[in-house]
Amino acid sequence: MSDKNPYIDELSGTETTGHEWDGIEELNTPMPRWWLWVFYTSIVVALLYAIAMPSIPLLNSHFKGVLGHSDRAAVNQEMEEMQARRAVFATKLLDTDLETIQADPELFRFAMAAGKSAFGDNCATCHGSGAQGFKGYPNLNDDIWLWGGSFEDILHTLKVGIRATHEDTRIGLMQAYGRDGLLTADQISDLAHYVQNLSGNGIDAEAALRAAPLFQETCSTCHGTTGMGDRAQGAPNLTDAEWLYGGSYADITQTLYGGRQGVMPNWNERLPSETISALAVYVHSLGGGEDTPPINTENLP
Amino acid sequence: MFLKLHQKLEKKSFGLLLGIIGVVSVGGLVEIAPLFYIDSTIEQVEGMRPYTPLELAGRNIYVREGCYTCHSQMIRPLRDEVERYGHYSLAAESMYDKPFQWGSKRTGPDLARVGGKYSDEWHKLHLEDPRAVVPESIMPPYKFLSERKLDYKSMSAHLNANRKLGVPYTEEMVELAVSDLKTQLDEYADDYDGFLARYPKAVVREFDGNSNKISEMDALIAYLQILGTLVDFDTYEAQKDENLR
Repeated sequence: MSDKNPYIDELSGTETTGHEWDGIEELNTPMPRWWLWVFYTSIVVALLYAIAMPSIPLLNSHFKGVLGHSDRAAVNQEMEEMQARRAVFATKLLDTDLETIQADPELFRFAMAAGKSAFGDNCATCHGSGAQGFKGYPNLNDDIWLWGGSFEDILHTLKVGIRATHEDTRIGLMQAYGRDGLLTADQISDLAHYVQNLSGNGIDAEAALRAAPLFQETCSTCHGTTGMGDRAQGAPNLTDAEWLYGGSYADITQTLYGGRQGVMPNWNERLPSETISALAVYVHSLGGGEDTPPINTENLP
Repeated sequence: MFLKLHQKLEKKSFGLLLGIIGVVSVGGLVEIAPLFYIDSTIEQVEGMRPYTPLELAGRNIYVREGCYTCHSQMIRPLRDEVERYGHYSLAAESMYDKPFQWGSKRTGPDLARVGGKYSDEWHKLHLEDPRAVVPESIMPPYKFLSERKLDYKSMSAHLNANRKLGVPYTEEMVELAVSDLKTQLDEYADDYDGFLARYPKAVVREFDGNSNKISEMDALIAYLQILGTLVDFDTYEAQKDENLR
């Protein structure tokens, strides 16, 4: 480092630390200049950064920095800008019907894109990334709907949820007939055969016959006298081959014994209205969307 | 000249020690000391309350199982995170967490606002066998949580420990910890109203769907379902100067 150091290694010409062990000396090779400059520069940059940006805590609050930057203000502003940009389409998605949305190709594309991304984030966890559903979570690709498959129905389900915390949530009650002691084990077994028989899978026709009056008495209020279900109560059609909780004898017995109370959260608090509309457009488009039933004007007062 | 001084310092062990102490104390003074007198770190919000005994028991399981090694509870103020998970996390939201569960790694999604996003049944199914509902998941199964009984006898002591750390549990809450824990699983319990008065916005239901047993699954789901739902964001002014960071 300095010229005053008397110990200079003869071979390399580099100064030594002055330490020597049995003739072995330690070289004191200086840091490369570029490294040293990078080091000093980073110290200066750190100081400047601490002055420019929020950094040191002071007496009542932290030092806000000369530039006055705030992560929270930045993200709030960014979100606002994004919302303003989306608002062009988003406002058109509110209080409208599917036909209006479909009539505007650009708006429809926007709704589908927004719906698809929101679906992946919020719905796919239960309904599957392909909306194929799982046991207990309905497939959204088919044309079987518990609570209705029109755009308005889907929109309403999304907003209020099913057995959720919303005050107008959709509620249907499949009771725990076995666990709560409403039916005996024999009755449940017979009923399971009866329900299987409805969709043509019955094995024990005799047991099914025995349960016919019981079905009318207990199940028909929601599932209908023929077992076709009732959308107003979310009661599934028992005569088709689609089963939310499985259609085997064991599955049906379990459903009858413990009841089924599947829950879908109400999304009105978590997602903005336009996202819910976009989701309804997307889900409606998946394959099973139904037309909005015409309003029957005759019965209106 | 720096180098000369540095050389001298480095060659004298006692001098080096003094130098290190000097640097560390300045760092400590600047970084740690202000936490004890600055009130503006934690935002003023409405709705925050201490965890109910059941939620606290669930939180203990969350910590025990090391959920924080794969899940964060910290929505950063970045647009992509706010769009995906909701409002960025506030300091106030973890002020009753001893210790906080912010985490630092996201193998799984952030859980800061997972409360209410999925049904109890889904949580149970997913915790027992994650791939039953999310085929691409690499989360390990936690089936034993449904089978294990929750050890809640010591809940009063847990509440008391939190109380000593500054969580505003009252004498009454500590005393009634065990009964409150049971009340949260039974909406027909005698002390239902008293429980809700002590813990506003608490969700009361049979979380794991099995009313015969208080399982660890009950507690964990109760905890997950409250995450990020307490602060009333209608009254929180995000743009206010004192709330900006």
